[in-house]
Order: sequence, then structure tokens, then C-alpha cells
Amino acid sequence: MTTTATRPAGQRPRAAIAAKTLRTDRWWLAPLLTVSLLTLWVAYATVRAFMQKWYWVDDYHYLTPFYSPCVSTGCVPESAEFGRFLPNWPIIPFAAVTLPFLLLFRLTCYYYRRAYYRSFWASPPACAVPDGHKSYSGETRFPLIFQNAHRYFFYAAILISIINTWDAIVAFHGKGGGFGFGLGNLVLLGNVVMLWAYTLSCHSCRHIVGGRLKHFSKHPVRYRAWGFVSKLNAKHMQLAWITLGTLMLTDAYVMAVSAGWISDLRFFH
Amino acid sequence: MTNIERHNYDVVVIGAGGAGLRAAIEARLAGKRTAIISKSLFGKAHTVMAEGGAAAAMGNANAGDNWMVHFRDTMRGGKFLNNFRMAELHATEAPERIWELETYGALFDRTSDGKISQRNFGGHEYPRLAHVGDRTGLELIRTLQQKIVSLQQEDFAATGNYESRLRVFAETTITELFVENGRIAGCFGYYRESGEFVLFETPSIVLATGGVGKSYKVTSNSWEYTGDGHALAMRAGATLINMEFLQFHPTGMVWPPSVKGILVTESVRGDGGVLKNSEGKRFMFDYVPDVFRKQYAETEEEADRWYTDPDNNRRPPELLPRDEVARAINSEVKAGRGTPAGGIYLDIASRRSPEFILKRLPSMHHQFKELADVDITASPMEVGPTCHYVMGGVEVDPDTAAAAVPGLFAAGEVSGGMHGSNRLGGNSLSDLLVFGKRAGEYAARHADEAVKRAKVSAAALNAAVETALAPLGRGEGGENPYTLHSELQQVMNDLVGIIRRRSELEESLGRLADLKERVKKVGVAGGRRYNPGWHLALDLRNMLAVSECTAKAALEREESRGGHTREDFPKMDPNWRRVNLVCSLRDEDVRLERKPLPKMRPELMQLFDRAELSKYLTDEELAEFDELAGKADA
Amino acid sequence: MGEKRNFRVWRGDDSSGQLQDFQVEVNEGEVVLDIIHRLQATQAPDLAVRWNCKAGKCGSCSMEINGKPRLGCMTRMSTFEPTETVTVTPLRTFPVIRDLVTDVSFNYQKARELPAFAPPAGVAPGEYRMQQVDVERSQEFRKCIECFLCQNVCHVIRDHEENKPAFAGPRFFIRAAELDMHPLDARTDRKDMAVEEQGIGYCNITKCCTEVCPEHIKITDNAIIPMKERAVDRRYDPIAWLGSKIFRRDQLDRPAGYATTAVASRPNAGTTSSPAEHAAAAGAQGDISMNWHREAAVGHAAPVGPDGKLPVTEFTGELAGAQSPFGDDVAFPMAVQDITYQHPTKPDEH
Repeated sequence: MTTTATRPAGQRPRAAIAAKTLRTDRWWLAPLLTVSLLTLWVAYATVRAFMQKWYWVDDYHYLTPFYSPCVSTGCVPESAEFGRFLPNWPIIPFAAVTLPFLLLFRLTCYYYRRAYYRSFWASPPACAVPDGHKSYSGETRFPLIFQNAHRYFFYAAILISIINTWDAIVAFHGKGGGFGFGLGNLVLLGNVVMLWAYTLSCHSCRHIVGGRLKHFSKHPVRYRAWGFVSKLNAKHMQLAWITLGTLMLTDAYVMAVSAGWISDLRFFH
Repeated sequence: MTNIERHNYDVVVIGAGGAGLRAAIEARLAGKRTAIISKSLFGKAHTVMAEGGAAAAMGNANAGDNWMVHFRDTMRGGKFLNNFRMAELHATEAPERIWELETYGALFDRTSDGKISQRNFGGHEYPRLAHVGDRTGLELIRTLQQKIVSLQQEDFAATGNYESRLRVFAETTITELFVENGRIAGCFGYYRESGEFVLFETPSIVLATGGVGKSYKVTSNSWEYTGDGHALAMRAGATLINMEFLQFHPTGMVWPPSVKGILVTESVRGDGGVLKNSEGKRFMFDYVPDVFRKQYAETEEEADRWYTDPDNNRRPPELLPRDEVARAINSEVKAGRGTPAGGIYLDIASRRSPEFILKRLPSMHHQFKELADVDITASPMEVGPTCHYVMGGVEVDPDTAAAAVPGLFAAGEVSGGMHGSNRLGGNSLSDLLVFGKRAGEYAARHADEAVKRAKVSAAALNAAVETALAPLGRGEGGENPYTLHSELQQVMNDLVGIIRRRSELEESLGRLADLKERVKKVGVAGGRRYNPGWHLALDLRNMLAVSECTAKAALEREESRGGHTREDFPKMDPNWRRVNLVCSLRDEDVRLERKPLPKMRPELMQLFDRAELSKYLTDEELAEFDELAGKADA
Repeated sequence: MGEKRNFRVWRGDDSSGQLQDFQVEVNEGEVVLDIIHRLQATQAPDLAVRWNCKAGKCGSCSMEINGKPRLGCMTRMSTFEPTETVTVTPLRTFPVIRDLVTDVSFNYQKARELPAFAPPAGVAPGEYRMQQVDVERSQEFRKCIECFLCQNVCHVIRDHEENKPAFAGPRFFIRAAELDMHPLDARTDRKDMAVEEQGIGYCNITKCCTEVCPEHIKITDNAIIPMKERAVDRRYDPIAWLGSKIFRRDQLDRPAGYATTAVASRPNAGTTSSPAEHAAAAGAQGDISMNWHREAAVGHAAPVGPDGKLPVTEFTGELAGAQSPFGDDVAFPMAVQDITYQHPTKPDEH
């Protein structure tokens, strides 16, 4: 009597298809765009972070987010709301206390990870297109295992967003003191609103607010908060790009006013 | 001789839909080594198509609900032809079976107090269907599938082998059952993947193979529904009952092919859709029977006014009862005024604005748009009668699900009797849980009792191998299986469809006999490895046997009842209610016998009131009922 | 009737195969699977394709159409240009059986390795109470039709066969999430299991699984990322991590009853306990002296070198001495229950 025949040991081969991918659409377009736009933005941000001028409009107390909080001894005293303690060296940006955290917050963001893994790492460049690497261990090892620290950079980003909000509030400043209101305030406000939206739409935030619960029904308030964050979260990708835009725009506007290339459009005082 | 893989099991379950999986779970829990044989991959069964829900009188939505009300509804739905004991067991045990699923991990929709939510469905007096959105069947299959995996994990922990006591043979088709000394000895089939043959030696077999819809051209059923279990049971010497009863829906899509068989809800007609033939004529006005004449509009103008002013106008004839609509469509198509695909037009696009249609029928619009790129707001739909469910099946003992052959059991759609002449929506999912469990339980018990197991004889095995290899041997020179299949579907669709008459049924028997001869000569090219032509060639024989049963029984039953409508005998006849038509196979010929229906127990009879019973029962039976009622009063 | 269109279908088996061109009639409103069926009925009767419900509900007809993983029954011909050649190939990630049919048993293997729902102790059937808001998250994942397109598209195993043992794939991350979010599941170690046994760390959230899901389940946002975050709660809290490194507490942190290595040592999921039954079954077998019900051991692969051949001498082999004809990893004497042999004189020794 025979018993179950065992299947032959070893791997069975996959279908022998010569083409690496049979996709006929322009799958390379998205990664290409991501690479170009991110490179452009990083280049702009690097130049601006080390420029150490045109970050402050004294008349209206506009401070660009790239220099907030300004804590270097090189800062204009009025712009330094939080004290001046960093040495004034050209290689240390004036906001060196916060910029690394902002950078890490975005670097470990679940959306940006997807964007740069696909475009810069080609891992994979697009769905059903082979990734360009011999071996792959994902985020299981050093250094990528530190992507798991996203949550802690999120906490930092919350603090920084509060500082940015403060900057936007103190910017309601008229020439020579008192209340003032100009186009720059709208730009700063718009930027802060978008920054909050991006920060709160973070996947870690969604988890902390309510996602970690097993029983929503026992925590109605957190459930509602989770629902709100979930709605924002669905737009996380869009917000990630929008905030890159608003950051750049805000900075460029403050720079232009500060350098005197344009003058701020004032609605009041 | 060809190399044949052999297995030895206590219980073999053929079919991995809801009923099969539930039976296998029960057999394994009873400690039996169990095999599950699935024609598709594990977890892909036709059960996933069930949308509505599983009927069970849990009383969560309405405390007035109980098993007696459910029993009553089921009997009414089946026009009293049901096996009363099956309906009773079904109604009493369904709630337990549903609750059990929750312990396996099922997540039904909930009521506000955290119980299982229940929804309304046609024919059920109370909201009774446990559901998960419109994918209840999927939830059921997944839950049972995952329970099986969890049992395998327990076995792994105990023995180091996941498959030591419960094994799934995916993509395996059974072509023959073996009976030795009048008892089940095993079954034989092939792996679809490799074409290799496999023999299971076992004292107990549970059939759970589902329905027969693939014998029809327009059907909502999947390809697996080739009536394998029905045919295997007959060839093994068991009997089928109620095969004349098939559930059709009058309006299913017939074109384009990508949505063929998908049901179009009646609300399309309620919202203004009208039926037109290929000449553009709104033909329903010609088909209003005299008894309905007073309630239905006579002119298009009056009918059109009804949608906005139902109080002062009569209803449009498109809203006649299902069988009348089906009959009208049937007549138009047969008179040559149908669409090229054999249906008629259901037109709502030219009568209502796109916004209206989108608002009233959003999911239908979405479904057709996504599946077929058909825009129901822009063009009429092509619809026709669609085969949906077979009420008939293997004749079984109600309590044990045992068929006439010792060791053979049947559960789910493949078994007959439970639904009588028509099935209520939602009763099929609960049916397969209740009787799946019973079949598994008694199959396990049978395996215990079978101390000395019968051996499969070499001769029988050789014959089975020969039959299976024959189509390959004939090669491309034989009849093309795809052609034969489509001819069979055409015959069944045209002649044994939703509306039947003597002359057509007689003609169908002649054509089926021709096809039977041709199927013996079927040949396919290619090898044994995953060869769909070969698979179809082997399924054809089953489809033909079952179709012949249906045609013969339909010819014999000279009345209209539930899923069987005879144009020449349009009324329900109480004398026919006392009769089941039983099919069996002698050599290769289908034989038909009449058998009296089991008599309902008095206490169950008294759940109904006399006025209702008088519609179904003969005078003689009514007199008996009166006598009983008199005794109860006294 | 309809017009002729160009189709290229991969035909072959595990030894070889190529794309074959067909000219085939296409009618309005048809889907790719309809065309495959027409090919079967007219030109290639033995063209192998797996399908079932043809309504997007069973997930059988997974294939790659113009390089994209899709369901054949849900891909309408109207989405292609009339002049476009439609290329249909089998799933790339799994071994091919024939033509468009692949061996997806990898997925069923992974399904077995994930502990099933653990019912809460002391709650009788019928007494389960859950709120709709609590079950909704898990219900989303239970929509899964197991078409395995997400498994197929995931580059972790698609492009790196060697990751298959360590990586369960998106389908089983949503299963893990479903159970972890189930209001009544009694297990508490699913987060650790997701990391240690399912390899959720391999996922770099490039979201292709979500892109191809025909049920539009938000696999990445609603299952994988929440599971990663839940794992962070337990494992990557830097302070706890530092503490565990310094005080070597990583062995202590685990919940009771948790085992790292083999699935074998996992506690039973609960429900009916099988050992008693097993003993009963063994007792019933007492009069049968031979263990026919034993599954044959899996054949041992020969210790071949990278060239696929056995080493010529023991100097180049891994082991000193000649290879054992029974396989080098079989220890003697073998356990009695593993032997399919009946001693001629001592029939009741078992």
C-alpha cells in the first residue's frame, strides 16, 4: 500500500517571462517627479538654512519658519523670542535646535518613506516593476529600524508647530508697534494651518489619539478624535506636498520683503 | 496501470463550500481523520456569492420571533412541499449555528445593544437575517475556513503535522464513488493541477457539492455548479427528489457576457423601468391575466401616471407577480421578438433622468459600470430569466442527512427536501450550517460503526480510470466539450427553463438523449495537466444526468408550484402536494418514481390556521386537521 | 459582432514558456476573462486559467494584465485602446503550474502559521456582545477575497524569493490587524508576532498592496501602519529599548505563554482541547498494529553544492565521511511511531 506521495523537494520555478516588467503605462513618471521636486526643495532649503540673512522683517516682526526659533547669538535680538545661546558659526543654522527634528520627522514620515523608497531607492520604483537591489531586508535592521522612532519626532513636531503658531501670532505687528495686519500675516497663517494639518494627519498621531484602542465604544471622545484624524490622515500625502510648498512660499515671501525686493501689502497699519 | 495516489480517511467531505466545511469541522471535532475535497482553491466556493444573510430566529431585532414562526415561513415559502422535519430542525438549530460562528471569529453587523443585527427579507415575518453588509456568504466561508486552520494548528501542536487529522485537497475533482457490498467504500478523482489520479478509501462520504446552475445558459451560479454531487449520488445508487424545482429570477442580465446572470432587482421596474421587445413595443399590456385585469392599467398613459399618483391610477403591468413577468418574457423571446442574446429590453434610461436613476439605484449603477461598463442611465438593459438555485437534491434522512446508500451523506444545496418547492432568501446559508453539522456528525458516527471497512475492488478502480482517461484518448477527433456544453445550456434554457410546457419538455428529452450519446464521444486535446477542456468533458456527464432528471420530473408534475411553472397546468393542485418525485439511475437511464410526502406531526400542523392550510391541503387532509383541532379544543 | 483584437498570453509550464499571440474577437462590455474563455472555446481548448464566480467576489482569476496585477473578471476591455495589444501573464511571485495558473500554496502555508481567533474564556456562544464601532475596523479586513494580488505585487517577496520564509505578506498583516483589533480576541501577543514571525519590518510601506486591492481595503494605512505603531508601543519605545539592552530584560518583557522560536510550541488557541481526543484515537488504534495513518516524512533534499551536484570528495563536502543513504539528518534509532513496519513476531509492540 502506498501512502501520500510527497511533493518533490526544492523550489518550483516561476513562470519564465523575459521582460522585467510588462507595464505599458508611464510608471516612471511618478518617481521621476518625486525625485525632481524633492531635490529642488532640499537644495532650496539647504541654501536658505545656511544663508543667515533675510529671515526677519523687523517692521512687521515676520520670521521665516526656516529660522524659527532663532536661537543663535547671531540672531537679530527682536527675532529671538526664546533666547540666544547657540554660537554664531556659519555652519550652524540659526534654528539648529529644531531643524534636525523637523528633518527627521519628515524623513521618518510614512508618506515620505514611501515616496523616497520608491523614487530614490527604487525599492520598488513602481508596483510590479522589479526593485533594483540584490538583497533586501526592509526596515528590520540598523539603520532603517530607526524609522520606528517616527512617533518621537512627531512629539517634537507638535512643539515646533506651537512655536510656529506663536511666530504667526506675534507677527500681527504694525510698523513702530501695536497691531498690524498685512499679506505676510496671511501667508504665515496659511503656512501654520497647513503645518498643523500635516502634523495632525500623521499616522503616529492617528495611532496615539485612538488607533491603539481595542474598544472605541468605551472611549467616545477619543473615538471622535480618531475619526477626525483619520479624515485628515487620508490626505496625508497631499498635505505633505502642500506643506513643502507653503514652507517654501512663506520663506521666499519673508526673504523678499526682508531683502526689500518687494514690499508687504498692508491691510492695517 | 496508471499510478494512483491512495489515501485512507475516516470521513471524506466532497465540496468545500459552507456545508462541506461545517461538516468537516464536525467530523474532525468528533476525532475522525477527515479530508475535504475542493474543486477550486480553499475558500473560493460559491457560498461567497450569497449576499443577503443567514436566516435564524434569534429574536434580536424583534423579540416576537422564534423557531415556530421561522418554521411557518419556511413551509409557506416552499408551498408546503418541504420535508417538515428538515424545516423544523433548520428553524430550531439555526440560531445555535450562527452563535457558534462567533466563537470561530465571525463579525456580524451589530445592534445597538451589541447583539447580532438582523435584517428583513422577503417571505420572513420578522427581521431575521444575520448579515455583514452584502457579503454574508464571504464572512461565512472565511470564518469556517479559519476555523479549519485553527483545528489544523491544534493538530500541529499535538502531532507536529498540520494535516495529520484534517486535510484540504484543493483543486481536486471527484469523478466516481465506490460502493462495495452495498456500502460506501471510497471515491476516486484527479488533481486538476497535475491530472494525477487519487483514490480515497473511506467508509463515510459527505456530499456538499452545491447546485446545478451550469446546465443553464443564463445563471448566477459559478462554473463549479455542474451537479457533481447529484450525479455521483445517483450513480452510487442513491435517489434525488424535487429535481423539477429550480429557482429562477425573471430579470437577470443576459448581455454583455461580463455581467451575464447578475440579477437586476425588481425595484428597477418599481421605479419606472419598462419591458420592451426588439420591436420597441411595451409588451406587458398584452399579458395581463384576467384575474389581475382590474388591478392593472390598460393604457401606457394610465400606467405612467401611477408612479406619481398611485391612489388614482392602476399599476403598470410590469409590476405583475414574478411568474407572470417571466411568462411574458418567455413568450416574447420564443415568438422571435427577443434581443440577439435571447432576452428582452428593460428600459429605464429613456424614461428617467440620469440623476433620478443614480439616486434611486446607486449600487446597481455602480455594479454594472464597474463590471461591464454598462451605463444604465444611458441605454436599456438586456434581461431574461436567470437560474439561481436548485431546491431538489439528494433524498436524505432529515435527522442524519444520510442518503439511501449506507455511508453516503449530503448537506447544503445538493440535498433535497428542506426548501420544498421554493427557497426563502437567507434560508440557504442557515441550511448549510445546520445540515452541514448534522452530516458531519453522523458521518463520523458511521465511520465508528464501520468496523470492517470495505475495500475498493481493482475492477471498479480500473473502470473509473478508464472513464476518466477516455476523452483524452479520443483526442481532438471527438466531440468538442465546449460545443456540447453550450448546446446543453441552450436546450435547458429554451425547453426546461422558467416556464414549461408538455411539448417542449418532451422535445428536450429527445435532445438530451442525443446529447448523451454525443457526450460518450467527447474528446479533448492536450495532456492531463490543468487542462480545462478535459475537466469540462468529465463534468458534462454529470450535467446531463441531472438535466435529464429535471426534465423528466418537470414533465411528470402536472401543476405549477413554487419553482416549477407549467403553462399547461397553471394552478397548484393539492393532490400533487402529497407527492415527491424521486429520481434514480438504472444503468444509464434516469427512472422516476412517485413517493408520498412524510406526514407533518399534528403539533406542527396546528401552528397554521385553517384558512391558510385550505389553500394547500386536499379535502381529506383538511378533514383530518379539523378532527385534530376539535380534539385540541375539547 | 465585435472586432478583432490582439492578445498575447503566456503559455507554458514550470519547464519553459513564452508569450503567444492571438487574434480574438472582442465585444462591447466584455472583460479580459471573457476573452480568455473565448480563446479556450475557439483556439486553445487547453489554455489553463483559474476562475470561479466571474463577479469579483471569489478572487480566483488573479493574473497580470499589461504587467499590472489584476482580476481578469474586473478588467474591462473598454479600458484598453482598440489597437492596443493586451498581454496576459501568470502571477510572477508564485511558481507556475501551467499557463495562467500558479501555485499559491505559499499563502495557505502562511495562513496556518498565524494563530487563529482565540475566543474569550467564559463567554458562551450567543453571549457575545460587541459594538458596531468596535467591529467595523476588523470588518474592513474581512472583506478580503484572498485573490493574493497584494501578496503577488509585494516586492519583498516578488523580487526577493529568499524573503519568503521570513515574510507573511500584506494579506496576513491585515489578518493580524483584524485579530488584534477584534474586540473579543483573547491573545495579547499579536503585535510581537507581527514583528518576529510575520516579518512586518520587511514592509517599507510603498503601498503597492493597497494600489492593487480589488476590494479597496486600505491595507497600508489601516492595517500595516497601525500594526507597526502597535509594535512600536511595545518594542521600539527608545527608553524601554535602552533599558532592555542594559538590563537584558528582553526575555522578561514577554507575556506568559509566549515562545519565540517554533510555531510548534505555541499554546493552543483554546476551544476544544485535542490531546484527550488524540489519546482516545491512539487507544482506538491499539488493535491495529501498523500505523497506516502516519503521513510519510517529507523527502530529504540531497546535500548538493551550488552547482547542483553532490560533492565529489569529502574534502569539498560539508560533512566528513560518506553521506548516509537515509539522509544525514536522520537520527538512529528512529522513533517507533515513525516506522511503517510491522514486526513479524511481535505484532502488538507498537
